[in-house]
This record gives sequence, C-alpha cells and structure tokens, in this order.
Amino acid sequence: MRYSGFKVFTEGLFGNKGWKPAWRDPAPKAEYDAIIIGGGGHGLSTAYYLAKNHGLTNIAVLEKGYLGGGNVGRNTTIVRANYFLPGNSEFYSHSLKLWEGLEADLNYNVMHSQRGLINLFHSDGQRDAFARRGNAMVNQGDDAELLDRDGVRALLPYLDFEQTRFPIYGGLLHRRGGTARHDAVAWGYARGADQRGVDLIQNCEVTGIDVENGRVTGVQTTRGAIRAKKVGIVVAGRSSQVAAMAGLRLPIESHILQAFVTEGLKPVIDHVISFGMGHFYISQSDKGGLVFGGDLDFYASYAARGNLPMVEHVMEAGMTLMPMIGRAKVLRSWGGIMDMSPDGSPVIDRTGIDGLYIDCGWNYGGFKAVPASGWCMAHLMATDQPHEVARRFTLNRFATGDLLDEEGTGSQHNLH
Amino acid sequence: MRLTCPLCGERDRREFYYYGSDDYLRRPAEGAPAAAWDDYLHNRDNPAGETRDLWYHEAGCGQWLAVTRNTVTHAVLAVDLVAPVAQKRGRK
Ligand SMILES: Cc1cc2nc3c(=O)[nH]c(=O)nc-3n(C[C@H](O)[C@H](O)[C@H](O)COP(=O)(O)OP(=O)(O)OC[C@H]3O[C@@H](n4cnc5c(N)ncnc54)[C@H](O)[C@@H]3O)c2cc1C
Ligand SMILES: [Zn+2]
Repeated sequence: MRYSGFKVFTEGLFGNKGWKPAWRDPAPKAEYDAIIIGGGGHGLSTAYYLAKNHGLTNIAVLEKGYLGGGNVGRNTTIVRANYFLPGNSEFYSHSLKLWEGLEADLNYNVMHSQRGLINLFHSDGQRDAFARRGNAMVNQGDDAELLDRDGVRALLPYLDFEQTRFPIYGGLLHRRGGTARHDAVAWGYARGADQRGVDLIQNCEVTGIDVENGRVTGVQTTRGAIRAKKVGIVVAGRSSQVAAMAGLRLPIESHILQAFVTEGLKPVIDHVISFGMGHFYISQSDKGGLVFGGDLDFYASYAARGNLPMVEHVMEAGMTLMPMIGRAKVLRSWGGIMDMSPDGSPVIDRTGIDGLYIDCGWNYGGFKAVPASGWCMAHLMATDQPHEVARRFTLNRFATGDLLDEEGTGSQHNLH
Repeated sequence: MRLTCPLCGERDRREFYYYGSDDYLRRPAEGAPAAAWDDYLHNRDNPAGETRDLWYHEAGCGQWLAVTRNTVTHAVLAVDLVAPVAQKRGRK
C-alpha cells in the first residue's frame, strides 16, 4: 500500500478501515541467502539496501525483541554531518544526503526536520577549533557557518550568555543538521524491506553462530536453526555477546547513555543546541517535549537505565545554559546500551570468518548513521568489498594504529 | 551506586573515576608482539553479568580499586585494593 495525502483523506472519509499492517509476520524459513542479526536502525537499513541496491531479497532480519525496541527507539534523534576527520567526514556526508531523500525513497514520513544545529563555544581556542571543523565540513561539501556572540543571540536569545563558568563566545551553525522521528525511521525501513520480500522475524534471539572450516553456515535461534552463507552482526550494545558466539573478542565496551523528555510545551526551541562544555544538548519534539541529554554514565553497564549523579549533572548543565527551562517538568528518563569503541568511530567490516560481517561501535552517534551504515553494510555483504565512504571503518585499525579519534581523547572506551 | 572502599568505607559513586576493565592489570611484557598490545589496549570481554574493573578513589584516599560487580544489576560484589592484586599477579 502506498501512503499519500489522498489516501489519508479517503481513509478519513470511510472510518479508517482500509489500513493494513505495515509488514508481514513470517515464520523463519530453514535457509536464507543472507541473515542480519538485529532489527534496530542499522539492521533494518542493511536489509532494505541489500534488497534495493543489490537485488538480494531472500534474506531475513532476526530480532530478539520487537523491531525498533533498542537504541533506535531510545535516542535523541540528532542528524548531522559535522565530522572533521577524513574517513568520518565523507561517511556522514553521504548519510545526510540519504536522509534528505529518505522520505521520498521510503514513501514514509520520518519527520526529518533540518532545523539547524548550533554547537556553542566558550573560549578563543574553542572558536579556532570550531572554525577549523567548519572549514573541514565546507571542504567536504556540507554547510557550516561560524556565528559570533551576536549571531547566536539573534537565534537563541534565551540562553544565559554571561554565565560565569562558560560565557558564550559564539557557535558553529550547521543549517542542514536537525532531527527526525526515531521510531518512524525504523518503521519506514522495516516496511520498505518487507515490501521487497525481506522476512522480518521478531522474538527470535540468535543464540549461536555456526562456523565450519572458517566459513559461516548459519545461526541457532530461539525459533530454531537457520542456515545462511552470509551473516551480518548488527546488534549495537550487544555486539560483544553476539560476536563471542563466533569466537571473536571485539574492541567494544558497553556503556549507558541517558536521555530525558519534559511535558509538552509551546514551541520555544527552534534548533538543536549543543553545549559541549556542560555535556548538554537539547531540542524540542513536534509534540512539544524538550528532549535533552548529556554524557555517558561512565562505567560499563547493560542496565538500560541510568544513574542519578548523571541525572543531576544534566539538569545542572541545562539550568546553566538556559535557566528558562527550570520550571518544565521532566516526564521520563531512560537509557540505552551504547557500543563504545576505543576511538569513538564505528566498524563496518569482515571478521576473518568467511561470510560473517560486523557493523558495530556506533558509540552515541549511530542514529544519524542509520542510512549510510545500512548502505555500506549492504555493499560489503553483497560484494565482499568495503564501500568507498566506509573504507576506514576497519576492525584491525586499532592494531595498525589507523585510528579515527575525532575527539583526540585516546584509547579508552568511555572517553568518546 | 555506592562503592565500599577498603580504606574509606562506603562512598558515593561520584567520588570515583572509572578507568575500564581489569585487563589493564595484565600489561604485556616488554617486547611482546604488537598483537598482544592491541588486545591489551582495545579488546574487551565486555560481559553482560559479572565483571571486574578498575576505579580510582579520586575524591578519597587516592587508591586504585579493583571492583567486582554485575553490569546488569549494578550489584557490587567486592572491592579490593589494586596494589596487592597486581602483586599477586607477579608485578611490583
Ligand atoms: C539516549 C541516547 C541518545 C542518543 N542520541 C543520538 C543522537 O542524538 N544522534 C545519533 O546519531 N545517535 C544517537 N544515539 C545513538 C544511536 O541511537 C545508536 O548508535 C544506534 O541506534 C545503534 O544502532 P541500532 O539502531 O542498529 O541499534 P539498536 O536499535 O539497539 O538495534 C540492535 C538490535 O539488536 C537486537 N539484538 C541484540 N542481540 C540480539 C540477538 N542475540 N539476537 C537477535 N537480536 C539481537 C536488539 O534487540 C536491538 O533491537 C543515542 C543513543 C541513546 C541511547
Ligand atoms: Zn578510598
């Protein structure tokens, strides 16, 4: 079924009785050409592009819970292409271009909103670093504008510019940055993959990976064994557990990142604002809730809920930046399990076992990457060659020293 | 989460700096192959369950601690001083 304004109108006239489920609920077959483990954003987009770009349709996505129940439905939805390092820069640039055509491509409203992202700076040194980043973004073909204090004031008059600790000197504006509706991205890719014949199998946990003579032959699941010559591991925070089923030990440590949302308010914050010095960022959802977050809880955890010291820290940072939000009531907070890599950049690569591929290490930046990650993982699984824009995301770069450490904080998983 | 420092007693999580897995105590010998250093610095078992990791009592006694705890429930099972742990492994 194609969605359209006309369809919404006619359904409205006839009691909305004509809507159909957006995807099937098939039983797993005994064998597929390819299996993707994990029905998050990256798994679903991988399946979609395998079918769309490479014509592979006898494939399945195996999800242990429900589609979109992981990080893809827990993040704060910032979409941007403001990376600095060659290797990251072209990848996120490619991803943003895919975002810009995504709704038309999927025939699905993912509510992609390019409302502009502003990264604030608070010293001369930080301004120089941001100017340099902005130049790198422009050289990559993306957009960046350096705003002075008055420039920021014109857009965000409600910030506390004179706070004693971090007075605001200006900001780097990325107009094509913004947000999207996270669940809709998962659902849109799921529907698109299903329409092309991909089996989306929920409540199906992978419990083992079968390897014979250095080749993958299939997986064991809670819904039986399934054979496949190609298997992609795309499980974000659970990467270490699933990779261990094939005897791999990954450069990943799992950490919790929290997020918060307030009650719905009238439109007040028109952009995405990031206050790096305070570890705080914020935007306003279309429902009116202020959506904001901060830094990791800092210690390895699979609890999918956060600790109170970080709640306090985030609230303090928010009050420092924009005291006007102090009377908004926080409705909910939650956490997601982040696959932190030692340089803060991801992996899309082969594994040393023939036919077994891995896509992981997204840290807390993997939502914006959903389109390009799926695009590149599909390319890798279909052709056995890395995609041009993801060629630096190798698993062995830690051994060779070819790191992509965007923040320059060194090989410690929780510092990125 | 609170940690019971063997020297200072039960303290708030905010007093401690988190470093990472206790793999850091198994530093390869001088001259070990590059692969051993890669494994030591980057690769982790990253268990969902019981783990042992290193914390520094920054706002307390300034000792490194090896904490045995559960990464799913956040239960803390044991807190030991690192110095004797490292010595037991044959390092001074
Ligand atoms: C609070 C928070 C804020 C964030 N903010 C942003 C942001 O603003 N911008 C941004 O770009 N990124 C952000 N991120 C990061 C982003 O959400 C993640 O990097 C990204 O969603 C991870 O990829 P995914 O969608 O495939 O993961 P997930 O949705 O977690 O998908 C992995 C799936 O694998 C499944 N799985 C695991 N083990 C198995 C198994 N054994 N068998 C079968 N299935 C299995 C899981 O159930 C899960 O559904 C944020 C994350 C969090 C938690
Ligand atoms: Zn102490």
